[in-house]
Parts: sequence; C-alpha cells; structure tokens
Amino acid sequence: MASQILRRVLRSRSVEQISTALIESPNSIGFISSPVRTISTSASSTQPIRATLFPGDGIGPEIADSVKQVFNAAEVPIEWEEHFVGDKVDPRTESFLTWESLESVRRNRVGLKGPMATPIGKGHRSLNLTLRKELGLYANVRPCYSLPGYRTRYDDVNLVTIRENTEGEYSGLEHQVVRGVVESLKIITRQASLRVAEYAFHYAKTHGRQKVSAIHKANIMRKTDGLFLKCCREVAEKYPEITYEEVIIDNCCMMLVKNPTLFDVLVMPNLYGDIISDLCAGLIGGLGLTPSCNIGEGGIALAEAVHGSAPDIAGKNLANPTALLLSSVAMLRHLELHDKADQIHDAILKTIADGKYRTVDLGGTSSTTDFTKAVCNNL
Amino acid sequence: MARRTLSILLQLLPSSRSSSSYPSIACLGLSGLDSKRTVTYMPRPGDGAPRAVTLIPGDGIGPLVTGAVEQVMEAMHAPVYFERYEVHGDMTKVPQEVIDSIRKNKVCLKGGLATPVGGGVSSLNMQLRKELDLYASLVNCFNLPGLPTRHENVDIVVIRENTEGEYSGLEHEVVPGVVESLKVITKFCSERIAKYAFEYAYLNDRKKVTAVHKANIMKLADGLFLESCREVATKYPGIKYNEIIVDNCCMQLVSKPEQFDVMVTPNLYGNLVANTAAGIAGGTGFMPGGNVGADHAIFEQGASAGNVGNEKLLEQKKANPVALLLSSAMMLRHLQFPSFADRLETAVKRVISEGKYRTKDLGGDSTTQEVVDAVIANLD
Repeated sequence: MASQILRRVLRSRSVEQISTALIESPNSIGFISSPVRTISTSASSTQPIRATLFPGDGIGPEIADSVKQVFNAAEVPIEWEEHFVGDKVDPRTESFLTWESLESVRRNRVGLKGPMATPIGKGHRSLNLTLRKELGLYANVRPCYSLPGYRTRYDDVNLVTIRENTEGEYSGLEHQVVRGVVESLKIITRQASLRVAEYAFHYAKTHGRQKVSAIHKANIMRKTDGLFLKCCREVAEKYPEITYEEVIIDNCCMMLVKNPTLFDVLVMPNLYGDIISDLCAGLIGGLGLTPSCNIGEGGIALAEAVHGSAPDIAGKNLANPTALLLSSVAMLRHLELHDKADQIHDAILKTIADGKYRTVDLGGTSSTTDFTKAVCNNL
Repeated sequence: MARRTLSILLQLLPSSRSSSSYPSIACLGLSGLDSKRTVTYMPRPGDGAPRAVTLIPGDGIGPLVTGAVEQVMEAMHAPVYFERYEVHGDMTKVPQEVIDSIRKNKVCLKGGLATPVGGGVSSLNMQLRKELDLYASLVNCFNLPGLPTRHENVDIVVIRENTEGEYSGLEHEVVPGVVESLKVITKFCSERIAKYAFEYAYLNDRKKVTAVHKANIMKLADGLFLESCREVATKYPGIKYNEIIVDNCCMQLVSKPEQFDVMVTPNLYGNLVANTAAGIAGGTGFMPGGNVGADHAIFEQGASAGNVGNEKLLEQKKANPVALLLSSAMMLRHLQFPSFADRLETAVKRVISEGKYRTKDLGGDSTTQEVVDAVIANLD
C-alpha cells in the first residue's frame, strides 16, 4: 500500500518537492508543504481531482459551462460533480441545498459556486448562510487587482481582502427591547479571530505578500476590536518576515480611495470586511470581475462568483464569465496547481487586454461563447 | 432671482467668460449661494453685536489650524470673538467649564481631539456629543474647482446619526475570549435624524435623499432605521428618496459618485461613507463639517479619518487649514452672518483654484501661514 502511494506520488508532476521530501525522510509520506492537504487527495497525472460544481441560477449555468470549456482546453485534471439547487426544501439542511450536495463538498474539499438567488419566503435558511454554517467557512478571500486593458479610475490596485465570515456584526442576534428600541449584538471571539489571522498570515506567506494590515475601530469599540487586534498581534509575532500594521477603518477607506497601492493584504472582522471588500471590487471595475474564495475548516475551499444571478440576461449568452473564471483560478491555486492556474490566468488577462472580445458589461459586443473561445485560444 | 440674473448677465457679456475668476465663482456649490449677489438678509437691530464662540484648539495640528481661523476672522472684522479652552485627548473627561461655556455660547469651533486606541478612556469627541446631544453630524464633500481628482461632479452631504448605533460604547466580556458589543437603534433617534436630513435637503435646495443601511442582514435594527426614514419621506413629497445597501453604496461611490446627493446613515456606516466620500472628492484636508443638536453646534473638520496629523506636519507647520476655514464659514452662516461666510468661502476657493498656495495634501508645498496670508489677501 505504501509502495502504491509512493508510485502514484512519484508519477505526479505537481509535487516534485514531495520526492525530495521523501528522499530526505521516507517515513513522513503524509506531509506536503501545504498544511491543508494530505497526500491522499493530491493530483497525479492519472487521478483527476474531484470538485463540486454548483452552477447556480440565472446566468450561472452559462458561465459554469464556460469554465468547463476552458478547463478542458487547458487539460486541467479536475473532474466536476455537478449539483443543482433544488426547488424543494430539504428538511435535513432546512434549505434548498440537499444533504448530498453538502456531503459532496465535504468529501471533495473543493468546490466552485455560481450565483445563487435565494428565493423569497419563509421556512428555509438563505443558501449562502447554509453553506457557510454547514461547511464552517470562516474566511472569505478576495484578491483585487486591476485588470490590464480594462481601465477604471484606478489602475494600480493589487490587494487581497480577507474577511472573517462567521461572527462579528452578522451574528443575526437582534431583539426588540421595548417598542421602538432595538438591540443588535456584535460578537467577537478569540478563537475565530485567531483562525482568520492565522489564515491571513499563511496566505501572505504562501503567495509572497509583504504586508498584512488589520482593519479595526478599536478606539471606539475597545473590547471587541481590541480582542481582534490582540489576536492579530499574536499571530504576527510568529511571522516576523511579514510587516504587520493596524489601520483604523475610516482612515483605511480614505487611503483606499486615494491611493490603493498602500495596501497589500487586509484582514478584518465581518462587517468591515463586507464593506471594504465591496469597495475594493468597485475600484477594479465591479463585482462582475472579482474572484472570491471561501476557506473552511479542514482546508475546504469553495470558490464563488459574488455577483448576482442576473435573471434578465439569463439564457441569452450575454453574461460575463470573468468572475467565475478568475474564481476557478483561485481554486486551482489553492489546490497548488500553480502552472495551470497561471496559464488560465494569463489567457484571461490577455483576452481582456486585447479588447477584441469583450462582453457587454465591459463595453464590448461579444457573447459568452465568443469570449470563452478567445480565452481557450489564448492558452 | 439673483442667480438667474447673474447667468443672464454672463451670457450677455461674453468677454467676461475669458476672465478666470468667473467660472470659479459661478460654480460655488456650497449651499447654492453665488457670491457677488447682493445680500438680502435683513438684520434685526442689535444683530451685529459680537458673538462669543468657544474655541477648542485640541491636539496635533489643531492649535495650528484654529490659529489660522482666528487670524482670518480678525482680518475680516467678523463679529465673533473666541473663548479659548484647552482640552487634550488624554484627559479622562471634558472639563465642566468647557461644557458650561458651550452651553452658554451655543456655538463652538474645535480642532481635532486624538482618541487613544484601545485604552480605557472613553472618546472625548463622543462625550461632547452625548452631553450636548449633538445628534446630527454633517460632512459636505465636494470637488474644489482647480483641484484635479479622479472623480468629477462630486457634491455629497453625508448626514450621520451621532449618538447611538454601533458607537454606544456598551461592551462586555462574556467569558474570557468572547466579547459582546451592543448596537442600539431607537425609533426616537432614527426619526429625528431623518427629519434633520430631509429638512436640510429642503432648506438647501437638494433634490434627493438616500438612506444607507444593511437591513438585509440586520433586519430589526436597520429595519427600524429604514422605517423611520420612509415615514419622514412621505412628508416631503418634493424630495426624492431611495435606499441603498452600504456595500453597494461604497462600490457606487467609487465608480459613480454623481448619483448621490444627501445621504442619511446610522453611526458606523456614516463614518465610513463620509470618509470614502471625502477621499474621492480630494481628501479630508478641506471637507467642512459639523455636529449639530437642538440647541448647540460644534463645527470641526468634516471627515478627519481618525487622525490629528503627525509630528512632521506639525514641525513643518504644513497642516491644511482649508477644512477648518470652510467649517468656520458654515459657523458664520449658522450665526446668521451670511455675507461674511460668503466672503470667506470665495477667498478660500480663489486661493485653491489659483494653485500657488496649496499645502502638501493638495499637491503643493506651502505652509499653513502662507495659505492663511493668501486667504487674507484675497478677502475683498
């Protein structure tokens, strides 16, 4: 059994460092450089990685198709397991997502999600909330960088926002004290803050980032944001090569709109993260171009497109698949398939920079399929 | 009527277009007043008596910029005189004499007060606001003519609820490692801030009021805020009202700021939105603003982004006094001296649009004193 694993590993291309590790210490087979993946799910040239795909609603299926085409053209070793959001409430999850879908993500540890519209009504939880709670997705990572060729007022943005996703102001604990007076609880725990700070510094280290900035309002909310800052400082001490700074949120907002190059990696609690990550998305051109990735307990990664499902252009082949494509690139990087990720990433950037095939929201006239074909050609 | 006459005159005299001073005067957006118009305000006898105004220089660059205001006021012979009081950010409480003075004078001008991060001291700014019940904080963010920025056509007024919301200061540690903070929203406060916002829009000829919220997540709290805004909106049918979620709002501010006019927000979102709007319009160095309550008003730099300047600015004396000068113009209007306010604003805008005397944050290299001298020279 050990020899089988050894053979499979030695055949895989993306883990040459394993062979060096194995030569050094043949007993430590079970450990790869990434702390979140074990050897049993690593890629080898014969064994594709299984990933869950939620195409979603509205324009979801078209852009998911786009991703599948590009991945086929680039020969990425990923096998998709598609799951659709049902139209009946599953009592085991209290939402439209079935237990099977969630189990599939838990098993595969990797997924890609298109835009999902939460149907209005009672008796079920919002889809995003379900995913977050069931899979324990604690960090939302959004890399924001200016796309060359698509000019906005800001051309030199290159930052990553990491947002704590489970607690903070969005705990949903509200109640009416007396008529006309409402209280809402904001909860910060040491455990969640440490978790997201660890992930932020780990991300900075593995992606070669120099600086991590913690965004807070601890001069007013002393204990809550003070606890968040304390946790960030503790983690910062373990990574002395990365610069750590703390910025008050109003100062941060102002600096971001005046000079976004001042920031590198931003780590924040839930509410500030929501606002700042959308602000950064606005700086580079909107939600239609922004990738996003949710990280969960045990190394689960669910990449998603954060824009809406745009029901008005669904089925008309007009949708812009860039957000989902860039999110799938983020997913590949999480899987450490860096050369494939770079290949696809460069193809997308080149297509947009060329300017010949642009979808309607970027000011062009191409359809989704044309854009996808152009990306495949540029690989 | 006077405004229409001015534009007709401008059309009849094409040669006047070529002079550089007219465009800068014609696009003075503050409160919709054109300068050069005859003052139609008819005073009551005795209105010209000098008014006392409490002055709090504050920390950091505060003393520098309040000194600038004092100089300009003297040069204009404005009917105000200042009573100085020293308050610093590291005091535990605002001294009682300062509060008594503000209660007596009803108007105060303040430099920045530093708030220590994470310490055990409650913010002095918040203390002042709670004591005097200054429930509305106003920041006017606009493009200054002659100052190039990434965004054009920005003229936003952010009206922010100042007393409750996330900044109630009610926090406690439940068990070690778990901290709770209470965000309190009451109908009373939401209603009065909504009323203030619509009244401001009505009195200042603004067309639209936008409520900023996050009611899709915080359904009860921000839902209550929105309900109050909607109720007040029905009483002002001439003013358009719409609502926007705060993350979408920030995104729109960065890409299309011209769609916003007056924005009314609860405490925390107002802080962020005001600083973002100040940033896109050119920086916090020249945004005027103030805190106003039913009886009192404190005028200060609009969006200070939480800092009071660093030491380098202080020793080189290169702090930007424009924000406080424009805030003192707002104060003069509040005290019902509109022509002095107009003269001050015209002078300041002329100095900035000429471009010779600008401090570092606006792209120039002058010291505070040079800018002040230029403003005094431009007073007509």
